[in-house]
Amino acid sequence: MTIKYTKDHEWVRVEGDVGTVGVSDHAQHQLGDVVFVELPDVGRQLTQGKEAAVVESVKAASDVFAPVSGEVIEANADLENDPSLVNAGAETTGWFFKLRLSNPSELDGLMDEASYKAFVEGQA
Amino acid sequence: MTEASESPKKTPLHSLHLELKGKMVPFAGYDMPVQYPLGILKEHQHTRAKAGLFDVSHMGQVRLTGEDPAAALESLVPGDIKGLARGRMRYTLFLNEQGGILDDLMVTNAGDHLFLVVNAARKDHDVAHMRERLKGKAEVELLDDLALMALQGPEAAAVLGRFIPEAATMKFMSYLPATFNGIPVIITRSGYTGEDGYEISCDKSDAETIARALLAEDEVEAIGLGARDSLRLEAGLCLYGHDIDETTTPVEAGLEWALSKRRREEGGFPGYAIIKDQLANGAPRRRVGLQPEGRQPAREHTDVCDADGHKIGEVTSGGFGPTASAPVAMGYVDCAHAAVGTPVQLMVRGKPLAAKVAAMPFVPQRYYRG
Repeated sequence: MTIKYTKDHEWVRVEGDVGTVGVSDHAQHQLGDVVFVELPDVGRQLTQGKEAAVVESVKAASDVFAPVSGEVIEANADLENDPSLVNAGAETTGWFFKLRLSNPSELDGLMDEASYKAFVEGQA
Repeated sequence: MTEASESPKKTPLHSLHLELKGKMVPFAGYDMPVQYPLGILKEHQHTRAKAGLFDVSHMGQVRLTGEDPAAALESLVPGDIKGLARGRMRYTLFLNEQGGILDDLMVTNAGDHLFLVVNAARKDHDVAHMRERLKGKAEVELLDDLALMALQGPEAAAVLGRFIPEAATMKFMSYLPATFNGIPVIITRSGYTGEDGYEISCDKSDAETIARALLAEDEVEAIGLGARDSLRLEAGLCLYGHDIDETTTPVEAGLEWALSKRRREEGGFPGYAIIKDQLANGAPRRRVGLQPEGRQPAREHTDVCDADGHKIGEVTSGGFGPTASAPVAMGYVDCAHAAVGTPVQLMVRGKPLAAKVAAMPFVPQRYYRG
């Protein structure tokens, strides 16, 4: 199992050829109170770096991009009833969707946890 | 030089906002707190439940003097200013010759002068407009040395009453010069959240002392512009530059209540012919509340379509209403679709979101009626 981050503040946790995707804890802090998440339909093909979901806070809508390419195999139904899960557990219960990776080598271009932490601190 | 590269202005409470860890954003040329660590949702709910303190010092405070400033101002606005009793205030609008709204403002009869509060982004425009149009009739003074705070919420009267006992029994939309712990202030029982509350005007050198004294009270939290926006949207109140602007008339905006009976009959304000016609025959479009089904918000500039997918209007303010616990929006639609209950579609990111025209306010207003 490995977890990787993008510079757009998404994370993907990979188990076998399945990746679970969400936004980072840093991102949920920046977004503020999440009130709605628009998730991709199961079966949709996502392309790395392209729009995959939308997260709406009280104030604004923000795009979430696919950290890696692949087919969506599950969306987190719990977010429909309780979008605040994104604030409460951005990197755990607040995950967005799972996809089957079509090009695992894309992971090589993402940051590991330590690099991402340094990246966020560098932005501050 | 672009606007972004100009250094934003600071209100007298700027260092307090930083100390309170406000998240600062540029707004109308000022560096303002959009939220504090509590977050927009909780700040909103706190204001509805107890009392919130807002820094609104970016707004323009203006003194109008002259032989008859009320008569002079009536040449620019449709409100009954001459009929304002001393110590009373009223919401009104600067209009252009087409009946379009140049700004919305509060006007108070302060006895020997009129006291105006105008929008931050419009204050320079409004002052220039008045100086040009009221030349020889009234003197216009922008009161740059003043700060302005709003204390809003059901506990506001109890809190302010501890410092200014007369505040607790003031009438809604009235004005009172007073002292706050010995500091001279002007308070009005007014605000823009739909809740009971006050605006407190003071010298900018006294603002922090007053703010700290209010924040030390158990019921009071500092509230940012984010919650101010969601509160006023739930209350069905217009935000200038979004829900009203130079292209919207008071009739289109559903602000007929700001057109007093005498002025409707007598006229004598810009755009009167157009507004009189719209009052008699209706306006082509109308500001309405919009209630999406489900939880997905529809934001400003979202297209509003009829059941067949034809565009009939646009959202001018939209978001999530923390008290309504649902998405809320307002916008303009062709008058044929303006009736409450009319089903519409909101085109959010290319997909139709089912919604209906809704009555406003989304949350009942709780102004103090004595």
